[in-house]
Amino acid sequence: MKKVKLPLSEETIQSLRAGESVLLSGTVLTGRDCAHKRICEMLDSGTPLPFDYKGQTIYYAGPCPAPRGKACGSCGPTTSARMDSFAPRLLATGLKGMIGKGERSEEVCKSIVKNKAVYFAAIGGAGALYGNAIKKSELIAFPDLLSEGVYKFEIEDFPCIVAIDCHGGNIYSH
Amino acid sequence: MRRIHTEEIRDAVYKLAQRACLSLTPACRAAMQTAAAAEKSDSAAKFSLETLLKNADIAAKEQMPVCQDTGYAVILAEIGQEVFLEGGFLGDAVDEGVRRAYSDFYFRKSVCDPLTRVNTADNTPAALHTEIVPGDKISLTFLPKGFGSENMSRLYMLTPAKGRTGIVDAIVETVRLAGSRPCPPVICGVGIGGTFDICAFLAKKALTRPLGSQNPREDVASIEREALEKINSLGIGPQGFGGSTTALGVLCETAPTHIAGLPVAVNIQCHCMRCEKVIL
Repeated sequence: MKKVKLPLSEETIQSLRAGESVLLSGTVLTGRDCAHKRICEMLDSGTPLPFDYKGQTIYYAGPCPAPRGKACGSCGPTTSARMDSFAPRLLATGLKGMIGKGERSEEVCKSIVKNKAVYFAAIGGAGALYGNAIKKSELIAFPDLLSEGVYKFEIEDFPCIVAIDCHGGNIYSH
Repeated sequence: MRRIHTEEIRDAVYKLAQRACLSLTPACRAAMQTAAAAEKSDSAAKFSLETLLKNADIAAKEQMPVCQDTGYAVILAEIGQEVFLEGGFLGDAVDEGVRRAYSDFYFRKSVCDPLTRVNTADNTPAALHTEIVPGDKISLTFLPKGFGSENMSRLYMLTPAKGRTGIVDAIVETVRLAGSRPCPPVICGVGIGGTFDICAFLAKKALTRPLGSQNPREDVASIEREALEKINSLGIGPQGFGGSTTALGVLCETAPTHIAGLPVAVNIQCHCMRCEKVIL
């Protein structure tokens, strides 16, 4: 399987094609419904964010608590469609990658192409396997949201399928 | 009259939650294996099913939740009318079992206020359904329900004229509209008849039946078979990557309804079917 380093370089993004399986390694930030809402409210009010997502990849996920001896508990992807109303804004302001599960809206697909980004599908339900691929975890924002807060993960050989690429390829349009 | 202390129920719920969240049901695992073998080699569909089987092995070996969405704790309690419950309140005992299990076994706490979205931080309250049944036993069923699939569920208030065809169409339409979002291959729990509320409950209760089982009524079983066949020709496939397995099963339960109506509820369950039962 093709190995892909995160954060993504422009060349890497250009080389990815929908349907190919990849192993991701490097840094990702997590964000679910509440974190996205809060990020967009902070952008609206001009409040500085406690982290920078420019050039980064967001993993739509909320982990189980880490048992002793592990960096993270089970942590598979959540349904990406719930983040569709926020994603174009984040892509327009520098977000380069998204990891989640399931199809995206037409608007998100267009925004991926326009902003030269990529959407990876992780395998929904494989929480234990993905939890083990997370080697370091740090809560970097919104601790009051518990599992919905923003975590910074170091992942290693995290299996995904390129779902929507920057050339408009889309695995869900079969 | 048989006396059962609610502390016994608390401890039973605790053990059920532990067992349920750490493993797939054997019938679900077997269905996934069959599905993986049926998908084309080198396809994304096969890759995803094989990854999920590997995941189930890791979860069992390392005692990690199969899926991070350890769900809303749905509990069906069938209470024999000859049972006298002593000790604290039943609902509190069930919630305490959930609270302790979700804390001790590192399960995710996923329950929040619907408006403020503030998390209750201990995964309570449980969704406790009680039914009074004949006898002197208590049957407890624990179904940790993930919401990626719950969100894709639908309720139809069909007219009687829609009949059997309308029921099959409603089931297939629900899965088609859900597409890749609920983690296919899915399992459909279907309620047919009753009232608005009974119909939705029947759909949930149907999901506690073993995968592969058939409704004892032949006319209902034939709806299960036909809907499954139509769903699997939709082409959505595992994770929505395309393929021949979009659902692993359709489980229908019925109840008498009103002469003016035909309620049909379709409760979608993802492939991560976790369900444990005990009889006290």
